[in-house]
Amino acid sequence: MAPAIRISELTKDYWIGFWRKRPYRALDRLSLDVQPGEVFGFLGPNGAGKTTTLKLLMQLIFPTAGQAEILGRPVGDVAARQRIGYLPENPYFYDYLTAEELLQYFARLFGYSGEDARRRAATLLDRVGIGAERRSVQLRKYSKGMIQRVGIAQALLNDPEVIFLDEPMSGLDPLGRREVRSLIIDLREQGRTVFFSSHILADAEALCSRVAVVAGGRLAAAGRLTDILAFQVRGWELVIADLRPEALARVTPQVRRATEISPQRYALELSLDVPPERILSDLVATGATLVSLNPIRDTLEDFFVQRVAEMGEGARDPDSRKYAPGVQEATREDKQSPRD
Amino acid sequence: MRISKAHAIRCVAVNVFKESVRDRVPYNLVIFAVLLIASSYLIGQLTAGQDVKIIKDLGLAATAVFGLFIAIFIGIGLVSKEVERRSIYSILSKPISRPQFVLGKYAGLVLTLAVNVAVMTIAMYLVLTYLTYTESVEFRSAWDAPGVDPRMLKAIVLIFVQLMIVTAIALFFSTFSTPLLSAALTFGVFIVGHFNADLKNFDKITESRAAVWLARGVYHLVPDFSAFDVKTEVVHGLPVANGYLVITTAYGLAYIAALLIAAIVIFSRRDFK
Repeated sequence: MAPAIRISELTKDYWIGFWRKRPYRALDRLSLDVQPGEVFGFLGPNGAGKTTTLKLLMQLIFPTAGQAEILGRPVGDVAARQRIGYLPENPYFYDYLTAEELLQYFARLFGYSGEDARRRAATLLDRVGIGAERRSVQLRKYSKGMIQRVGIAQALLNDPEVIFLDEPMSGLDPLGRREVRSLIIDLREQGRTVFFSSHILADAEALCSRVAVVAGGRLAAAGRLTDILAFQVRGWELVIADLRPEALARVTPQVRRATEISPQRYALELSLDVPPERILSDLVATGATLVSLNPIRDTLEDFFVQRVAEMGEGARDPDSRKYAPGVQEATREDKQSPRD
Repeated sequence: MRISKAHAIRCVAVNVFKESVRDRVPYNLVIFAVLLIASSYLIGQLTAGQDVKIIKDLGLAATAVFGLFIAIFIGIGLVSKEVERRSIYSILSKPISRPQFVLGKYAGLVLTLAVNVAVMTIAMYLVLTYLTYTESVEFRSAWDAPGVDPRMLKAIVLIFVQLMIVTAIALFFSTFSTPLLSAALTFGVFIVGHFNADLKNFDKITESRAAVWLARGVYHLVPDFSAFDVKTEVVHGLPVANGYLVITTAYGLAYIAALLIAAIVIFSRRDFK
């Protein structure tokens, strides 16, 4: 199956400085494929190149090198935008319009006629939780969270096949975040492709089938969440009930941490080199009962912090990314990033 | 869904018009009407036989000046405001090309100006009709031209074409410059354009070849706005040939086309960081 999004060696240099202009590499040879129907998380710290990538995909900026395709069409193809939705980071809309007017304006650009545009706008505003009483208020009177909701609504106006969301949870309260999560899950169930950038890893963990981590303008890792995190088991968590104090004292030297959940009920954390079966059989012999046994895996956050740290200082400090071709080449040879 | 190219341009144009209405641009029409009615009353008290001429002068000049302010101050923000406030991100991700966006912006402001000029023209003719029918036949016979003179429309057409050029200049600067700089540059071009004829004959007042070449360069680059000013002729009932009207309008439209093409080329290559 042809990928919904294909990014190949995408590179973007900016020229910075006033008198003495010098290049700054915001994105360095990014290659990625996103399959149809995937919810793909595009993760990275601030200044990693996430928004640059999304702007390149929307052709708001032009690449220095490389190319990208969406639904088999080169980015910038106006007809292909009929099938795409996009929520920019911290969106801003015409503040003299009401939410209804804005969505109707955009709906007309997608070819909806007057009545259809009105109906579509109303449906979307319902979907993002903007009630009838707020729809006829000019956007200049909206809070940041409300604008974000309008932004999500306008990204879904054309019932897009591919939706790009740049920090979709930004500015939303916990309720709003939960609603956006459920909206993304709905989109996934409808078979839509969702590409969203975020630095909130819990959202990615909850929603994405695959993720890519970018740092310092370069791809640090990409793959299925299950693949990325499955092998990173770093211990076991044993939950035991009816555990008497003397039995606990006997196994304590082999336990990394014991947490009392309720009287005689403990969560025992074992390191990877201690076989849980042996501890379990010792405890069961004292009359304790097993509640659960689970592997302790790295969270996405652990993985993210580790990979970003591996990318070095340049990943964290955008100012240190002044482009020097020789250095970049050496870096690439030395540290080949895993690709999709 | 198949969408015509003109459809996207129309959508953007209607939105620009809506923005100008919400930004209270039509208030200038109220000021214009008050100015015209008040001055016609005052002038009627002060002058004898000259009131209609002065009202025509004042009405046409006010139409040009009010239009100029709208063309410059809205024109300079047409594109740069979208970029500055980042509303450009969401609009350009829709099925609209950058040339369509620029043309839509231009068409929207021209529509605003057209409505503005039309309402001002109607107001001016109403005041002139009132003055004509309140004066005696002997009094009217002393006028250079009839009070309600359709030839005034020729001056209004050329004022409108001039405003369309100013809008195109403001839009052109707005595609790559800040609003403040765009305003200064547009106003500068407008002023220089009014003295364009003098630049052509610069060799008569200086011997410096460099200065003459520079003046010639500016003469060819900047539109000759004095060509669009036939206010004196129509107020005094002097003839303005239809051929002159057509050629001057064509000259203006050619200028607008060149400016819009340049604006589109610059805007189509721009990065929106």
